[in-house]
Amino acid sequence: MIETRGLTKSFKRLRALQQVDLRMEENQVVSLIGPNGSGKTTLIKCILGLVRPDGGEIHINGQPIGKDFHYRSTIGYMPQIGRYPDHMKVGQLFDLLRSLRAKHDGQTDEELIAHYRLERIYDQPMRTLSGGTRQKVSAAVAFLFNPEIYILDEPTAGLDPLSSEILKEKIRKIRDQRRLVVITSHILSDLDDLTTHILYLQEGRVHYQASMEELRNFTGEQKFGKAIASIMQQSNG
Amino acid sequence: MTARGFWVLAMLAMAFPLSAVQYIVGGVQGHATIAEALHLASAGDTVMVMGGTYREGNLLIDKPLTFIGVGRPLLDGENVHDILTLSGRNIIVMGFRLENSGISAMNDLAAIKCIDITGVHIEDNQIARSHFAIHLANASDIVVRNNSIEGVPRSEHNTGNGIHLWKCKSALIEENDISGHRDGIYFEFVSDSRIRCNTSRGNLRYGLHFMFSNDDRYEGNRFIENGAGVAVMYSRKVTMEQNEFLHNWGNAAYGLLLKDITDSYIGQNYFVHNTVGIFMEGSSRMQILWNSFSKNGWAMRIQASCNDNRISLNNFSGNTFDIATNGTLVLNDFDRNYWDKYDGYDRTRDGMGDVPYRPVSMYSMVVERNPFTLILLRSILISFLDKAEKAIPSITPELLIDRRPLMKPVRV
Amino acid sequence: MTAMWTLTRYIFSDIIRNKVIVLYAGFQLLAALLLFNLEENPDKALLSLLNIELIVIPLISMIFSTIHYYNSYEFIEMLLAQPLGRRQVFLSEFLACALSLVLAFVVGLGIPVLVHFQDLLAFNFLLTGTLLTFACTAIAFCAAVLARDKARGIGIVLLLWFYFALVYDGIVLMILFTFSDYPLERLTLLLTALNPIDLTRVSMMLRMDVSALMGYTGALFKEFFGSYRGILYTGGILLLWTILPLIMSLRIFRNKDL
Repeated sequence: MIETRGLTKSFKRLRALQQVDLRMEENQVVSLIGPNGSGKTTLIKCILGLVRPDGGEIHINGQPIGKDFHYRSTIGYMPQIGRYPDHMKVGQLFDLLRSLRAKHDGQTDEELIAHYRLERIYDQPMRTLSGGTRQKVSAAVAFLFNPEIYILDEPTAGLDPLSSEILKEKIRKIRDQRRLVVITSHILSDLDDLTTHILYLQEGRVHYQASMEELRNFTGEQKFGKAIASIMQQSNG
Repeated sequence: MTARGFWVLAMLAMAFPLSAVQYIVGGVQGHATIAEALHLASAGDTVMVMGGTYREGNLLIDKPLTFIGVGRPLLDGENVHDILTLSGRNIIVMGFRLENSGISAMNDLAAIKCIDITGVHIEDNQIARSHFAIHLANASDIVVRNNSIEGVPRSEHNTGNGIHLWKCKSALIEENDISGHRDGIYFEFVSDSRIRCNTSRGNLRYGLHFMFSNDDRYEGNRFIENGAGVAVMYSRKVTMEQNEFLHNWGNAAYGLLLKDITDSYIGQNYFVHNTVGIFMEGSSRMQILWNSFSKNGWAMRIQASCNDNRISLNNFSGNTFDIATNGTLVLNDFDRNYWDKYDGYDRTRDGMGDVPYRPVSMYSMVVERNPFTLILLRSILISFLDKAEKAIPSITPELLIDRRPLMKPVRV
Repeated sequence: MTAMWTLTRYIFSDIIRNKVIVLYAGFQLLAALLLFNLEENPDKALLSLLNIELIVIPLISMIFSTIHYYNSYEFIEMLLAQPLGRRQVFLSEFLACALSLVLAFVVGLGIPVLVHFQDLLAFNFLLTGTLLTFACTAIAFCAAVLARDKARGIGIVLLLWFYFALVYDGIVLMILFTFSDYPLERLTLLLTALNPIDLTRVSMMLRMDVSALMGYTGALFKEFFGSYRGILYTGGILLLWTILPLIMSLRIFRNKDL
């Protein structure tokens, strides 16, 4: 579903991505991990078209992405920090997005709205919401239009354990519906039981890309977190 | 014929009840031509012209006659002649329409020309498309009243004046309407005369052009949209009262241009929407009182050659600049005027501001030196500069100052 | 296109609830009411309001727009992750911002002026105030797109305001005196065109100070100031002052990394 070839991006002197080649397919939950500044966010932003790569190609469902923005209707994005206009009400945000995607012909997926009970705060302006509530709104937005690809940037950061669990349950539910979920996260243990594949980035390069099976075999660790840690150690040592 | 015309007639009829004979021109029984009737008439008679069009070239009246149009007869000069020439004494011309006098650059051709005459009364005539309309030279005891005069504005060179007086005495020019000529009213060497309640509008050069004429008075006139406004030059003892000077726009246009005028009085006039309200040059001992200056570019421009003038109790409001001058030495007295730009206070409650007002702003001095800086008018920079200059005067004339500016406008 | 208008509408209804915009409108309204009530002569009150138009409108429009752009950064990102074009999103933000500032101006100064004047002068005041708001918003957006962080963006915008409101006129004054021996007509016209605040001022001056302007020696000026061409010219160039910065910011924004 997502394929990059030779993806390269520099910001002034910083080389954020260097010749990144990767493939992500449906029915996968890919964990995008790596230390700070390893290029995770840049990679996501390249895929979303927010950052223009210096070189290389990105294909979504076999089509190269250019300046045409329509491919983004297949993507649902949950940003790390969701900030919305202060005086826009929660309900208005959903209204706005629905009317912006007037062409969207499928059913909307309002399960998260229901589970997070967001209808109750439809009349509240965004500025009155706590960080956690805003994250719930962001999550609901990402899932709203039944996309084929979900890109979730640090989805569980800022969510309380209960909400976090609801989100994970949701991810688990859609995983097997021919969808691709890309998650970046620092909190490794959170992702254990969801992840099918991992992509480890370091200094702008894909350091390691494998399925969980392969990872376990490779490191001999059953626990996801420990497996990752052992890769990190290897790469440092 | 107007009511007043009728009374003049009636009085004349009573003055010469027996000897006066009436000659009628036109109509069923009248004489065929005006020239014939004028020839037959003798002093004191009346020639009455009935309605119709008369093309008789130049008509000469050189004896005391009353020459009256009934039903507005038209005398057509066919663009060749002086239409009426008056000379001698005691001639009255009323009730005619005169059109198409000749146009000549050499001779001052006119609809009504008066030469060497004493006692001439021209009233209630309409004059159109003439070179000069009413031209008086070497005349005295003149009344020109209630005529309507409309020229064709061509260039200054081939358009004559509306009412032109040269070397005259004791004239009363009253309630005439003049437009489209070179100068609406022209006075040169005219003394002891009055110009009252005329409207002079849309003339090419001056609404009133006034030179070498002493001891005259003009009042209640309206001068509107003339090429260069009104010029009063080289004269003494002129009284200008209750006139209106409106909409005289242009880089050499003034409401009132005063050049070498002395010992004169300017009072209760209105100067509105002129590029310059009053432009004074070489003028002294003038009393300028109770005038209103509003919405002019410059209310007054006083050249350094003026002195001993008293400018008092006038209202200045809505002018872009109040006073401009080209020098720093100012010997004129500004006292108790109302300036709308004054922002002082009156703690003594005597109706006069406690701090003096400086009517010449720094910016007006700047514009004086470089007119293109006018483009910066009302910019913030300029208002800062003006404020700074007010605090520490350096280039504005120190003595040009109103020490007792009024807090409220003068009621005129 | 419909997406753009929808977006504009939602952002607009957010901005007009902003405290700063409400205060901005309130301040103008208060100033207008005070001036018209305290000053016996409404012409003089209008002159003071003109100063507000020339100083406050550019200042507030520029700073508010810059801050708004930076505060909306994450929202813009979120919008751009939707199937929306960059131009749509950027223009919506611009339009919503400019329109709410215009609304504040119309409510604060426009209506009181219209109550006292119903002539061409009042019309011109409203028109130029509106166009000036648009121009200043466009300039601010351009600066905000160019500068990556908020502090620098506000700094640039403040400097621009200071330059347009004050420094520029000083430079013009210097130029006019330095080259006073040359015919300066065309140059002067050109110089006013290069500053939106000056343009607004000149177009108001055309109405308020005709008497003085007719004293200008140049024939070009007289023709220009005496006719409607003056209004068309100032209106047109003010519009360019909106369009050109917008085109420039769109070019940058289209290839910008967010």
